[in-house]
Amino acid sequence: MENFDVIVVGGGPAGLSAAISAAKAGMKTIVIERGNYPGTKNVMGGILYTKPTNMVVPDFWKEAPIERPIIEQRIAMLSGDQCVMASHRDPAWTTEPNAHSVLRVKFDRWLSQQAEKAGVMIIPETIVEDLLYRGDQVAGVRTGRGEGDLGAKIVIIAEGVNNFLAVKAGLAKPLHPHNVAVAVKEIITLPKEKIEDRFCLEEGQGATIELYGDSTAGIMGTGFIYTNKESISIGVGTLLQPLIQQKWTPNDLLEHFKAKPYVKRLLQGGETKEYLAHLIPEGGYTNLPKLYRQGVMVVGDTAMLMNSLNREGSNLAMISGMSAGEVAAQAISAGDTSEQMLAAYERKLRDSFVLKDLHHYRHMSKFFENNPHMLKIYPEIINHAAGMYLTVDGVPKKQRQKEILRMAFKRRSIPGIMKDIYGAWRALL
Amino acid sequence: MKLDDKLYLVRFNTDKLSHIKIKDPSFCFNNCQDRVCTRVCPAHVYDWDEEEKRIAVGYEGCLECGTCLAACTDKNIDWHYPRGGFGVSWKNG
Repeated sequence: MENFDVIVVGGGPAGLSAAISAAKAGMKTIVIERGNYPGTKNVMGGILYTKPTNMVVPDFWKEAPIERPIIEQRIAMLSGDQCVMASHRDPAWTTEPNAHSVLRVKFDRWLSQQAEKAGVMIIPETIVEDLLYRGDQVAGVRTGRGEGDLGAKIVIIAEGVNNFLAVKAGLAKPLHPHNVAVAVKEIITLPKEKIEDRFCLEEGQGATIELYGDSTAGIMGTGFIYTNKESISIGVGTLLQPLIQQKWTPNDLLEHFKAKPYVKRLLQGGETKEYLAHLIPEGGYTNLPKLYRQGVMVVGDTAMLMNSLNREGSNLAMISGMSAGEVAAQAISAGDTSEQMLAAYERKLRDSFVLKDLHHYRHMSKFFENNPHMLKIYPEIINHAAGMYLTVDGVPKKQRQKEILRMAFKRRSIPGIMKDIYGAWRALL
Repeated sequence: MKLDDKLYLVRFNTDKLSHIKIKDPSFCFNNCQDRVCTRVCPAHVYDWDEEEKRIAVGYEGCLECGTCLAACTDKNIDWHYPRGGFGVSWKNG
């Protein structure tokens, strides 16, 4: 059996970041990837944050295959054909970027090449079926290849949201409709001039739009539209439980979103090139798996590190991967890969925004689960209120404002609204 | 746009072996009212065969998201990843 210092299972942002940091610290590191190369199995909405990625590969964006730096972000509430929208734009983010749109097949492949430059060996087209143990200590992996056992001092599980290995190792629980969201997305090509005209962008700049409310037929989730160089990433993602209850299929929901007047016009004349699907771990802080034990650590989506409110996932994946890689190197150098030693990994995450943010939003998933009306009623109220306020028909404004309040309280009682505000305050602030 | 037309755009390296199995086909007929898998799968891999009274599985079109596995709370779907190198191979991601 061949032996390594660190075996990373999965070539996504979390796994590759783990491998890069372990290899840079001198560890003999391999990444086992089930696709033809890292990227071919990987999907996300499409926004990658610059600063966390810089921590893994400094100034990556100057040479990595990124799509567009995001200079404008819009948030909208849809109700029927109506739409209320807020946005932020700062052209300075073109040259001092905060985030980029990316296509993961290209980006992850590039990141795996950076890992190889750091000395990591990538083993593609290989499934890891189970972990190997020496007593209680994780001691390697069993792959799907003949004579496929590989030994390691530390295994880092970065298998993605489908947490087969983490469950087998007793670290995580199987996924449940309450703690995952399902997202589907299309890549729709458009000439770059059309994209720039439709989204009011200078050459090369990018924009994002997240739409709540009727974009997902009021189901807890979002519709999103991101600009790539010569295509649009458009998708919907909702919690699985309410999707099941309300009997939508993911593709019907995406078509419902694409048919909205505001959305349709942005896509007009475009050609769909790919249809993709992916799960998103939404368990939050209260459903975190055990992050480590003797000889093993869990990172990225497998560790349920996801902050969907702020559209953050790949950054949590990369920071968790980097931290696990560093801790692995320290533990191996010290000749101690015990559970106690690897606890340093969780401490690192607790000291960083990763677990601080998840802890901050710890009441969020319960709140939205218990209050499924939030994205049904409020987008309606807000759109109606805006429509009424902007209607010029000779009604005095004081009377109109009273009418608006009456309309709102008819849809949701005053105590109901107070309760929602308190609940949202507690969940989000 | 119809789902079938969208799935036609997806690149697959199809394995001869299925990576999906219904553990107890009769359970779906006798005990499962809702048959959630026939709706929530983004690729409509699962279809109710009224003649055979069982779920028909079109594993060839599986997008490997795992939704079925999470959605079947009766745990009657045996779903694992296709063998290394097989299955969906995204062009964009």
